Amino acid sequence: MSDLESNVEVVAKAAVMNQLPADGSGVRAESPLFHAELEVLAKQGPQQGGVHLRENKLQGHLTLRCNQNNPDQLAAVETVLGLALPIQPLTAVVKGDISIRWMSPDEWLIVVPGEQTFDIESCFRDVMTGHYSLVNGSGGQTIIELWGPDVVSLLKKCTPIDFHPTQFPVGKVVSSIFAKSGAVISRTGEDRFELVIRRSFADYLWLWLQDASREYGLVIEV
Amino acid sequence: MFYIYCPHCGEHREEEEFHAKGQAHIVRPIDPAACDDKAWGEYLFFRKNPRGLHHELWIHAAGCRKFFNMTRDTVTYEIKEIYKIGEQPSVVAGNKLAGNK
Repeated sequence: MSDLESNVEVVAKAAVMNQLPADGSGVRAESPLFHAELEVLAKQGPQQGGVHLRENKLQGHLTLRCNQNNPDQLAAVETVLGLALPIQPLTAVVKGDISIRWMSPDEWLIVVPGEQTFDIESCFRDVMTGHYSLVNGSGGQTIIELWGPDVVSLLKKCTPIDFHPTQFPVGKVVSSIFAKSGAVISRTGEDRFELVIRRSFADYLWLWLQDASREYGLVIEV
Repeated sequence: MFYIYCPHCGEHREEEEFHAKGQAHIVRPIDPAACDDKAWGEYLFFRKNPRGLHHELWIHAAGCRKFFNMTRDTVTYEIKEIYKIGEQPSVVAGNKLAGNK
């Protein structure tokens, strides 16, 4: 065994921290679109339109990087999450409230309910073997759900991706340019999409989406 | 605009998603300390600028964020071949790699 291989075997215990404030601590969790007051807009804004928008906020976002040719690691992921890593490029798998998006040949985005993040991350640390990386990026991004009859027309304004059903079937996920920023776009239904966007771009994209959907009518939901 | 095939995503995407990273197949000297200034300077700064076939490094920056190689004709802008890092090009000018010294 070379020095490099023996070093890989000695994996230091990773520091895992529960990023959620304890109950009763008085700390308020604010999503990246907290300031937009979507709850108020959902009540007071239009109730009919071609595009519906909802922020799927405060989810746990875990970025997993590992080797897709390592059967032990694939089995470990299945043990922890109850669903297998999507090895096929540009695909996503969903089971209940847990989803895994393919990001690159050695990177996946695992989205879990916010309050389960710490438990799942800890479980990964116990079960995963070998050389891997797991990072909790929950605070850095948020998910926007878009649906409605005009949602494809809206998305066509924002990104060069081809949304024809033959090119972009339900279950596909792509990372691409989105309105000069970036987004991970996945199709969850015929007229239903999810965007994973960066916290720092959330306000800009919120303004952009309001502007781009003006001609169709934008309905905010919670 | 190029319409570039990403070998990792397995489909064509707009050039907007990619960044060109310059000449491919640049070999780092095994022992940099043993290089004289000329050899080190040429490794760091000197690049091919061919008329015709050019082997380039590209990254799918907005997509899977992986590097890959591209053989491109600098006269016609035609993309001749896409191949992964670590692979050798099959489309080459003459017998030698355009990028190798």
